[in-house]
Amino acid sequence: MNQLMRFSRLHGDSKVAPFVAILVVLTLLASMGNLLMPEDSAFYVSTYTITLLGKYLCYAMLALAVDVIWGYCGILSLGHGAFFALGGYAMGMYLMRQIGDRGVYGNPELPDFMVFLNWTELPWFWQGMDQFWFAMLMVLLVPGILAFIFGWLAFRSRVTGVYLSIMTQALTYALLLAFFRNEMGFGGNNGLTDFKDILGFDLQADTTRVTLFAITALLLAVILVVSHKILQSRMGKVIVAIRDGESRARFIGYRTERFKVWLFVYSALIAGIAGALYVPQVGIINPGEFSPLNSIEMVIWVAVGGRGTLIGAIVGALLVNFAKTKFTAIMPDGWLFALGALFVFVTLYLPQGLMGLYKKMMDKRRPDNSDSHGSDTEGKNAEPAVKGGNV
Amino acid sequence: MRRLFAILCCYVATSLTSVHADEPMTTVDADPATLTTVSPLPSDPVAEPVSVETLLQSLTEVKLSKALPVLKQLESLGGVALLPMFKGMLEGDLYFVKSSKEVVMISTIKGELTAQGVLSKQPLPGVSKNQLKKIRVNNKLRGFLRQAIARLQISHPDASKRLAAVQALLTHLSDETIATLERVRPQEQDEDVQAMIDLALALHQSDSADPAVRLAAVYVMADSLESDARNKLVKIIEHDTDPKVKAAATKALKQINEEIEFYGFIDQLFFGLSLGSVLLLAAIGLAITFGVMGVINMAHGEMIMLGAYTTYVVQLMMPNAIEYSLWVAIPLAFVVSGLVGVLIERGVIRHLHGRPLETLLATFGISLILQQLVRSVFSPLNRQVASPEWMSGTLDINPILSLTLNRLYILAFALLVFGLLLLILRKTSLGLNVRAVSQNRDMAKAMGIRTDWVDAMTFGLGSGIAGIAGVALSQLTNVGPNLGQAYIIDSFMVVVFGGVGNLWGTLVAAFSLGVANKFLEPVTGAVLASIFVLIFIILFIQKRPKGLFPQKGRAAE
Repeated sequence: MNQLMRFSRLHGDSKVAPFVAILVVLTLLASMGNLLMPEDSAFYVSTYTITLLGKYLCYAMLALAVDVIWGYCGILSLGHGAFFALGGYAMGMYLMRQIGDRGVYGNPELPDFMVFLNWTELPWFWQGMDQFWFAMLMVLLVPGILAFIFGWLAFRSRVTGVYLSIMTQALTYALLLAFFRNEMGFGGNNGLTDFKDILGFDLQADTTRVTLFAITALLLAVILVVSHKILQSRMGKVIVAIRDGESRARFIGYRTERFKVWLFVYSALIAGIAGALYVPQVGIINPGEFSPLNSIEMVIWVAVGGRGTLIGAIVGALLVNFAKTKFTAIMPDGWLFALGALFVFVTLYLPQGLMGLYKKMMDKRRPDNSDSHGSDTEGKNAEPAVKGGNV
Repeated sequence: MRRLFAILCCYVATSLTSVHADEPMTTVDADPATLTTVSPLPSDPVAEPVSVETLLQSLTEVKLSKALPVLKQLESLGGVALLPMFKGMLEGDLYFVKSSKEVVMISTIKGELTAQGVLSKQPLPGVSKNQLKKIRVNNKLRGFLRQAIARLQISHPDASKRLAAVQALLTHLSDETIATLERVRPQEQDEDVQAMIDLALALHQSDSADPAVRLAAVYVMADSLESDARNKLVKIIEHDTDPKVKAAATKALKQINEEIEFYGFIDQLFFGLSLGSVLLLAAIGLAITFGVMGVINMAHGEMIMLGAYTTYVVQLMMPNAIEYSLWVAIPLAFVVSGLVGVLIERGVIRHLHGRPLETLLATFGISLILQQLVRSVFSPLNRQVASPEWMSGTLDINPILSLTLNRLYILAFALLVFGLLLLILRKTSLGLNVRAVSQNRDMAKAMGIRTDWVDAMTFGLGSGIAGIAGVALSQLTNVGPNLGQAYIIDSFMVVVFGGVGNLWGTLVAAFSLGVANKFLEPVTGAVLASIFVLIFIILFIQKRPKGLFPQKGRAAE
């Protein structure tokens, strides 16, 4: 019975089409506001705002990636920043190669930091990164393969729950340490920065910025629709079943670890794409993106919005990051207090996030609506995945 | 211009000597008067040396380059009585009064300059700095002074002082030194000093023309780990003409190298165990909260940090009793962190029972708040916590192996805490309750155990021990807001690697990870070593998800 209700919730919640429409319209408006309006117009949107919005949308995509596995499959990854950063580094490498001889040292082959380290030739893993298609392939392949190996090892030996979370955190921590090393060939502490252009377009130009922003919004919409379809399909139902009772799903005859591995890889791919879109807009990628704090922050975006709703993840990411921008500007010291309090508050009082709150309010308004049991699923099954066991 | 140059020279000289000075040197006070004016000097300073007084007199007049013979005569005439003077000269505290040419030692007591006559041993009343002039030293003189001090100290009543004196002489064995050593050797009672003198004599004899003497010297050197003996052996192997001596030297060198390797291994092992003890201290509290209660506490690192800051605050409160501050800090840190732990348990974790992932997120939020709190209260900068006297210094086992005392104490302390915790869990009623609740919560409740209370106490205990870990860590590293974060992932690794809910597993895991890390370090570098260890654990957990020592039976489910 519980499972049934959850399915109905899953289907009822995701009003994807209207959300996509709103997203597209807003993106169009913002783009036109930047390109067509004169600067003194009330409708003018500054390039700074466009870049900021683009950054938020990348975060939203990342939150979507976390929601797909956490909200629908109960896998809490505290290492999604690693996939995000790897995608970002792949894009960053392409952008570094595009600088060519315009760097400080004017070396046509080697990026500045390699000249600085007295390297004479390009390391093997930098080969081919000057080709856009190859770099984009790497954006998908590197996080995808890492996620596959990690997921295959972890899920096959049935590492679940907090163990898995800690393992993913260790993964991103190990990568953080590794990328800080100069000898790794990724620019060490400073990372990759000082990009000039992408596919021949100047990165500082308004048109490039707006295009990047629009592409991000478009891809976010596409990924949202695709994820929604996947999770509504038969496969999606198995995935939710794994979340609610993995042993039971296994006994019925599903190879649960395979579903989990593929979903994990899919999620990592989304994170990689988000990273690749993030780097040209922000203009820098450094090992800080691997820090465990970043990865855990993503989880709170999803939790605030409401997990297992897809749209909630996007809303949460946008809201929290907007709040972060405002908050850090007004009182920089206060932000970590606020973020910490948000963690505690959401887990204690808002386990279903804003989407859950919204649904609760809608249900209250329509008490006769018989096919919605939202108000009673709320309290009882706040944590669906883990029952029993002391871990 | 000249003045500037002189200051520069003086600075270079002091910095050079302070590098290889045996004792910590006080910075030489640059007296402007001496630097700017070159005093007129008599052309032939050592004309008729009669007594110590006249020698001292000439020392004040002689040119820097001609001071060495004067000092040599002073050593032979004055003997042990002049030891303080030589030391003072080495440290640049030797002056003379301009008017009376009396040589004095100066010292600054409570910001006040006092001058004491070298011969009279009486303090000179009312001497100000501009009445004095410094007796200058250069590196050549410093070298001689060190030798002379060592030669004079050979007859010091304290055996360790004598040993250090002979050791200091090893690098440069002049004929006078050898003569002195041969003179004192028969009277020497202490075995260590005897061996050291024998080594010095052997080093000298290894230059002898007689191959038999050289051979005997090589045999003596073979038993020593002093680097001077090793260098000498290398030289003998290269240059000696006698094949017998050469063969003996090669053998001796091989033996010494093997021993060095062995002690190097011990040294690495010690560092590994030391790191292991730190990991154990950091992880043991977690082993209770995570292992026994099944609660993931991401704020565990911040409990460690709070303990470290408690130490810092205690030292601020009692600046005159740093020696005893740790004894106050340990219980206080336990109480502070424990109380915060109980608060967290009562306020947050209790409401999230049975939802481990939510607990993880909520405690992470708490860790952010605590970090920011400390940053706001104490500033984001690192704070230095002083080590008490009895914890600093080293335990010298031989010339190669010396163990730092603070690491040794922390190793012992970690084992002590571990033992105490084991006792609490095994022998007290709280321990019994904790074990009952961890094995079967519902049944324990049915038997009348107040599970709520037990949860709070367990969490408080785990957090309190983290606080104690913070006190220990403050003796090894700087105390900063990020102190805890650095250890949280490592601690989780230790607990997971050792097997959740198993304290012995935590012990084994902590020490094996610490030792593995330190043995990898020379091969791969520090960062790669920790990465390899992390990857190893990730792979290990895939193979054995329940760790090294998994819980057995129904409790494991």
